[in-house]
Amino acid sequence: MIEIKGLTKKFNGLTAVDNVSFNVGKGELLGLLGPNGAGKTTIINMLSTLIRPTSGSATLNGYDILNERDEVRNNIGIVFQIPALDNQLTGMENLTFHAMMYGLSKAERKKRINELLELVDLSDRADTLVYKYSGGMMRRLELARGLIHKPKVLFLDEPTLGLDAQTRHVIWDYIKKLNHREKVTIILTTHYMDEADFLCDRVAIIDNGKIIALDQPSKLKDSLGGGTITVETESGKVDKMIKLLNFKWLNKIKQRGNNLILNVSKGESRIPLIVNSANKCGVKLKSVSLRKPTLEDVFIHFTGKAIHDEEMSNTERLRMRFMRGGMHGRA
Amino acid sequence: MAELRAIYVLWLRAMKRFLRAKSQVIGTIVMPLFFLFSFGFGFRGLSMPGVSAGIDYLSFLVPGIIGMGLMFRSTIVGFSVLWDREFGFLKEIMVAPVRRVSIVIGRLLGGVTTSLIQGILILLITLFIGFTVPSVSAFFLMLLLMVLISSTFIGLGLILASVIKDTQGFGLIMSVILMPLFFLSGTFYPITNLPEFAQVLSYIDPLTYGVDGLRGALIGTSMLPLSFNILILLGTSALMIIIGAVMFERTESV
Repeated sequence: MIEIKGLTKKFNGLTAVDNVSFNVGKGELLGLLGPNGAGKTTIINMLSTLIRPTSGSATLNGYDILNERDEVRNNIGIVFQIPALDNQLTGMENLTFHAMMYGLSKAERKKRINELLELVDLSDRADTLVYKYSGGMMRRLELARGLIHKPKVLFLDEPTLGLDAQTRHVIWDYIKKLNHREKVTIILTTHYMDEADFLCDRVAIIDNGKIIALDQPSKLKDSLGGGTITVETESGKVDKMIKLLNFKWLNKIKQRGNNLILNVSKGESRIPLIVNSANKCGVKLKSVSLRKPTLEDVFIHFTGKAIHDEEMSNTERLRMRFMRGGMHGRA
Repeated sequence: MAELRAIYVLWLRAMKRFLRAKSQVIGTIVMPLFFLFSFGFGFRGLSMPGVSAGIDYLSFLVPGIIGMGLMFRSTIVGFSVLWDREFGFLKEIMVAPVRRVSIVIGRLLGGVTTSLIQGILILLITLFIGFTVPSVSAFFLMLLLMVLISSTFIGLGLILASVIKDTQGFGLIMSVILMPLFFLSGTFYPITNLPEFAQVLSYIDPLTYGVDGLRGALIGTSMLPLSFNILILLGTSALMIIIGAVMFERTESV
């Protein structure tokens, strides 16, 4: 559906996106994961023809983003990072505006808008002015709007930025639903690890304008080894336990007091084996815990640093507050 | 067809926003009326040099006030572009598969319509204090002039909105530009009363031709021939809109 070759964008000599290439399949939900300023939004802006790449190219549903801009625009929907709604219009009017800008006839428009309002559960709020919407409702309205003209590809730029945890989960569910029901290919950017992990079929980890890893979340995590199991024995039994643990799949053992830290792969399937052998030999275990690597660990592994949950800039925060008319959070 | 639909919905949006922003509607009428009442009644009976005999000062003032109101109202289009940029809605417009020219036309038509509504509202109010419209043809001539005046200043607003990206700066620069245009236009006095160097500036001011044209249409007396005024305004509106459209075309939406 999308083929990207050597996409590069420079701003005043600074390279925001550096020779990025990847493909996205039909119906796939791909995440661009990276810290603020990594170049995620710039990639989306180039793919959606809002800005022109310095070099490189990409095709979207077969259309070239440089030479077939109108066709590209007809084939994409976008949900921007900051709400891009007219808050002096109602939800319905915002959707109608969009449908007309994309050339839908009156009959098509009506059918499609009602369908999508239902999908995001906003049918009963359609005639409310948008400035009275909560942040979550605005996001849902924007998701619906992005799909009115039946785009082949939907871009979501930080779809849950500035929303509270509960609302974020609600939005995730809608994104999954839209991906399945509308069979639309989705590219989303995020700096939330859990979001990328939960939503995406594949994740591209981006840092300093470069893609440093691209795979399914589970494979990315497995590439670090399966995780660590921590076994706590009763006192004095640690040495006996160490002798018991002569499994082939065990990579490394570290001892800390009565705790043994085991480096293993497929950790969840190893726990019963450990517990069984301890039982057989009469070693009592106080606790067993498993920690699997997260995408955060993957990111640290590849870049040597953690993604910082950078604060939103003041203007950004003010703008979002203003857009939501002071009603926070609830979806 | 798709382009026409886009132009129509942009116009429709402007109408809805206009009708919902009650304070805006009232605000843009109050200022011209304030000038009209304070000057119109304050200088009532005063014989202003350069005003043709038989024309009282209030009648002389009304076309000027209408023109000035149109000018101030029209710059709101430029302001709304910046507003949309600030609120991200400009991106929603820019990413749509619609030609930029259509976007400019849609905004222009929206702006012209709201200006016309405002101009007619002011005219209606002046009818209550004794102003009269001489004929139906005068009324339509007035409408034509209103369209040309507002188009000129909508174009100016679009040009400025492409150069100045923040709303505060825009407001400031606008008032710095509009105030002299307003005072040089001969709204309150015939520009022939001004010293010569100021008269030269007046002839550069498009609003001068607007106000003079409106006087020609509404009270039947003008400094320049009505057709000449219309011709000049046709030129200024075309020029401003073309420059404004070209500059809007070039602005980045992100």
